[in-house]
Amino acid sequence: MRERIIERALFFTALSATFVLFLIAFFIFQQGVPLIVKVGVGRFLFGLKWAPASSVFGVFSFLVGSFFVTAGALVIAVPFGLGCAIFLAEFSPKALSRVLKPVIELLAGIPSVVYGFVGVIVLTPLIREYLGGPGLSVLAAAIILSIMVLPTIISISYDAISAVPHSYREGSLALGATRWQTVTGVVLRAARSGIIASLILGMGRAVGETMAVIMVAGNAIKLPGSILDPTRTLTSNIALEMAYATGQHRQALFATGVLLFVIIMIINSAAYLLIKKDE
Amino acid sequence: MQPFLEKLAEEYMSLHPRVKINVQGGGSTAGIIAVQSGACHIGMSSRPLKPEETGLNAIQIAYDAIAIIVHPKNPVAGLSLGQIRDIFAGRIRNWSDLGGPDALIVVVTREEGSGTRGAFSQMVMAQQDISEQALVQDSNGAVREIVVRDKNALGYISFGLLDPRVKALSIDGTAPTHENIMAGRYQLKRPFLILLRPDAQCVLADSFNGYVLSPRGQASLAQEGLIPVQP
Amino acid sequence: MRIEPRAEQRIMRVALAGLAALTIAVLFFIIGFILKNGLPHVNLAFLIGTPERMGKEGGILPMIVGTFYLVLVAVAIATPLGVGSAIFLHEYAKEGWLVRVVRFGIDCLAGIPSIIFGLFGFVLFVITLGFGWSILSGGLTLAFMILPTIIRTSEEAIKAVPGAYRQVSKSLGAGKWQTIQRVVLPNAFPGILTGIILGIGRSVGETACVIFTAGSSLQMPASVFAPTRSMAVHFYILAREGISMEKAFATAAVLILLILAINLSAYYFMHRFIARLR
Repeated sequence: MRERIIERALFFTALSATFVLFLIAFFIFQQGVPLIVKVGVGRFLFGLKWAPASSVFGVFSFLVGSFFVTAGALVIAVPFGLGCAIFLAEFSPKALSRVLKPVIELLAGIPSVVYGFVGVIVLTPLIREYLGGPGLSVLAAAIILSIMVLPTIISISYDAISAVPHSYREGSLALGATRWQTVTGVVLRAARSGIIASLILGMGRAVGETMAVIMVAGNAIKLPGSILDPTRTLTSNIALEMAYATGQHRQALFATGVLLFVIIMIINSAAYLLIKKDE
Repeated sequence: MQPFLEKLAEEYMSLHPRVKINVQGGGSTAGIIAVQSGACHIGMSSRPLKPEETGLNAIQIAYDAIAIIVHPKNPVAGLSLGQIRDIFAGRIRNWSDLGGPDALIVVVTREEGSGTRGAFSQMVMAQQDISEQALVQDSNGAVREIVVRDKNALGYISFGLLDPRVKALSIDGTAPTHENIMAGRYQLKRPFLILLRPDAQCVLADSFNGYVLSPRGQASLAQEGLIPVQP
Repeated sequence: MRIEPRAEQRIMRVALAGLAALTIAVLFFIIGFILKNGLPHVNLAFLIGTPERMGKEGGILPMIVGTFYLVLVAVAIATPLGVGSAIFLHEYAKEGWLVRVVRFGIDCLAGIPSIIFGLFGFVLFVITLGFGWSILSGGLTLAFMILPTIIRTSEEAIKAVPGAYRQVSKSLGAGKWQTIQRVVLPNAFPGILTGIILGIGRSVGETACVIFTAGSSLQMPASVFAPTRSMAVHFYILAREGISMEKAFATAAVLILLILAINLSAYYFMHRFIARLR
């Protein structure tokens, strides 16, 4: 009998995460959806002009900004991150990886604002000097974000790769494959769901990052024309104007939050289905 | 306004150790609404009250000016109000059009909803929009930091936040100095207001207000670069 | 053109080592940059002093205390919920649609950006529940943010406990919950602890969600209902507004060293216990 009670209690505990998720959705949507309806979904999503003072709320420019910045971050972070993980898991001497892995995980703990700060002081002047533009740009944000998601991708991919049973490797090697062939042919395939999970997590972190992006992306509302142009992401838009926004303006920021939430849910669902299919 | 009030609060609390003052930012509009609704005891505003914002005692505690800043190495030392308007509207794009080097002007502005931006728009832009290409930062300090680091940047900040790392431009020949601002010659001036509800009997709020208007409080604000109301 | 497998491997080995070296170099550079510029300004006065002139001078004690309480509240709420969820998922759950909903919820929650948590915490705790900008609001919001991390790592830790242990316990006549209490949890403890510590690390570094829920007051917080400025928020404000570069670097240095210490201790404990489990 006691067992049943405990099982029930634990079940409800387990529901807590999902419950919180619905709470979040509820409150964000409650604040933001009325405004989207009022402005019109099309005009909100695809409107190029964001001018709260005149009650014009179009977030397309920020959507594009988020997209470019995230895509850029992944383009850099995936090869480096995955390569690093493979190296640490398969090719580096045990002693080295035993030291490096915790070091990298440790680096995952560096606050985003620190990355942003270093980006402003070190990176943006370099971009301004050698590549042009104001320095505060899509490129700066992409680079900083890629550095930020690296530890996530490395760490989780490493775990996934290490978790592949040794028997898989031994079997492959016994058939005459080299270690590298074993890695690409057998190990990576077996670790696929974990690796994909790490990439999705990385992408989610990039899409959702706010503070570092505010510091290095420039936050202009115009659609970025090149990677050297300043841009504003959905997240920056919320954080930038939230402090002083009232009434409709505030609702519009929540609406931006709704959009962000929906995007994240789509990303997560896609990942979920992918992994499920794999199993 | 928040940093100035935090400093005053700090000083007041060292004089009256049993009093606690929490300063919460949020902008002029938020401050006005908060004190109207009773959510806070004292509201602050860095812009004049609009006609529809009634029911409050607005006490002027200082003046601030808005300074147009550029990098110290920028050869341009002064502009006309019209030129500033054109730059921020995006019509003038290159420093060479203003007697400077051949480089694109990097315009920096505050975010929508900011009191400083509101005041700037009111006094300079004449109903025109600020360019969509302008970089946006969410505090005066952040705007200043960009101008400090970028030779081609141009922005506006509160006069009280000027420091030697940036250069403040003259507008239509008038330099943004203490004297010019007090005499009304420098055009971009705005009031800092403390807002109190006349019906709410708050002794502490009145006491704090008294401190702010006292010679010590005014000297403290002056130290931070604001223009005191009581010279 | 087909590359001979041995040669291919040698090339890839070098390439990978290069990538790894570059990656690690960048990460080290960032830490080194902060420490080099910040440590000279970190001293006892800085750590136990209060900020003056909006942070231009003085120390960061209120921020350290505020951060500590925020983390305390967050962990106190997230740990029971998280470990409980993990236990349920591994020990009791039967694969059905309900469990899949639970897992989906956890995975999605993990991906929600901190700014959304900030908005959520602001609407729910600060405004609707009336807690105002406070450690309570901030801690609750952080708790939900680190919940998925704790669930995930706890579940991994519980999974790692060999099935044999459970079987032995059962064969000795112990009930399921007894087994969990006496056998599984103690053995999974280091893994669970790691998850909690990761959660702590994340909370310490958080800014976007803390700024909108815990406020940005410079005062030493008097209770959980008082607003506070965490170290990360303080650093952000100092750095952005250019109030003081030295203090900004110093705050960042303390922040990084703290996180370093947190993570190192986590790893140390995990190592010792893994050795024990073997």
